[in-house]
Amino acid sequence: MKYVDEYRDAESVRLLSEKINSIITRNWNVMEICGGQTHTILKYRIEELLPPQITLIHGPGCPVCVTPIEMIDKAILLALRPDIILVSYGDMLRVPGSNSDLLEAKSKGGNVKMIYSPLDAIKIAEQNPDKKIVFFAVGFETTAPANAFTIFEAERRGLKNYFMLCSHVLVPPAIEILLKSEKNSINGILTAGHVCTVMGYEEYIPLAEKYKTPMVVTGFEPVDILSGLLMVIYQLENGNCFVENQYGRAVRKEGNIHSKKIISDVFEITDRKWRGIGLIPQSGLKIKSKYSHYDAEIVFNIDTTGFDESDICIAGEILQGLKKPGDCPAFRKECTPEIPLGAPMVSAEGACSAYYRYTK
Amino acid sequence: MCLALPGKVISIDESNPNLKTAKVNFNGVVKDVTVQWIDDLKVGDYVIVHVGFALNKIDEKEAIETFRIINEMVDLTKREGGE
Repeated sequence: MKYVDEYRDAESVRLLSEKINSIITRNWNVMEICGGQTHTILKYRIEELLPPQITLIHGPGCPVCVTPIEMIDKAILLALRPDIILVSYGDMLRVPGSNSDLLEAKSKGGNVKMIYSPLDAIKIAEQNPDKKIVFFAVGFETTAPANAFTIFEAERRGLKNYFMLCSHVLVPPAIEILLKSEKNSINGILTAGHVCTVMGYEEYIPLAEKYKTPMVVTGFEPVDILSGLLMVIYQLENGNCFVENQYGRAVRKEGNIHSKKIISDVFEITDRKWRGIGLIPQSGLKIKSKYSHYDAEIVFNIDTTGFDESDICIAGEILQGLKKPGDCPAFRKECTPEIPLGAPMVSAEGACSAYYRYTK
Repeated sequence: MCLALPGKVISIDESNPNLKTAKVNFNGVVKDVTVQWIDDLKVGDYVIVHVGFALNKIDEKEAIETFRIINEMVDLTKREGGE
C-alpha cells in the first residue's frame, strides 16, 4: 500500500537509527504525544534501535483515557434509560466508570450500540424515530470535525431525536500543563500528526519558543517516528527550539480550514477535566448555546453524585509521563485488557494496553 | 482514537452538496468516505481517512520534500562532524 509500505521499510529504519546514534552526545527525554505513536514504538520495538541517551516518555494522547469518569457515569445512566439508545466508539464501551462500564449497562438491558463513524449515529436516529439517540462524542481535534458534522446533519435532516454527550479535548493546553509542571523533564516533543492534519501547527510555535522545547509534527509509521526523533535530537544537539513538520504529506501549516471552520461553528472552548490529570483551563470543546437543543447534558437531567476511581491504578501518572505501565503494581495482575482497572489498559491508544500487547 | 489511514480515491459523488462522498480503496477494501472538506479532489488522489471522514489529501510533493530535508540534515551533520 502506497504511503504505508515505504514508511515501514527496514533499510530506512536502519539508516535513520544509525544517524540518530551518530549525532547524539547527551541525554535527552522526548515525549510522543499520541497514543497511536506509543503503539508504533512498542509494536516495532523502536526503543531497541535508539541510543541509550534517549528516553521516550509516553504522552496523554489517548482521548478515551482522559475522558473524565463523571462523563462515563453520565453515559451509563443515560444508557440505562428505556427511551434512549446510547452510541459511541468501541473503545469507550469498556472504559471503567465508578461502578461499571457501558458494556455492563448493555448487559443490564441498556441499549448501547458501537459505531465506526459519527454518521452511523445519524442513521440510527433516522431508523429509530421513537427513541432518543445520544452520541457519546469523545476525541481530540482529529475527531472534532466529524463529530461536529453530525449536528449539522441532524439539523439539515430535521432530526428531533438526536443528542450529543460531548467530552472533547484539545491537545496544546495539555502540552502546556506538562511543560509548565515542576516535574517536567521533557526536552523535546513529537506532536500528534493527525491532530495537526486538522488544526495545522501554528498553535505550537509560541509553545516551543516559550518553553524552549523543540516540537516536530510526526506521523505514525516506524520511519515517521525515527525521522521525527532525528529532527528533534538534531535540534536539541544544536540548541534549537522550533516547530518542524515531519508529516508534510498529511499536514499543512494551516491545517484543513474547512474542518477548523465546522469545529468553531458548532463548538466553543471550555475548561475541561482530564481523567488522571485534573482540570486544564481552556482544554475542551462544548456545544455552542445555539445548538444547546442537541446537548445531552442540557436536555437530560443527569444526576451523578460522586465518583470513585480505583485505589491502585496509576493511570494519572502514566498519562502525565511520570511513570511507565510496568511501575504499576496492578499491571498484568489485577489489571488486564479483559478486566481493566484504568482506561489506558482499554484503549487501543493507551500506554498500558501497548505494553501489555508488545512487551513480556 | 486518532487512527487514520491512507486510501486511494476510486470515484467521487458530488450529487449532494452538503455531503460529498467518495469510494476509497484501502489496500483492497473499498469504503464510502465523506470528503466534504477536501478541495479539488480527483480520482486517483490519496486521502487520509479517520472515522469515515477524509482529513486531508496526501501531498506527494511534500512526502518527497520531507525525505529531502532529512537527507540534507543528515549530510549537514556529517560535515559538521568532520566526516
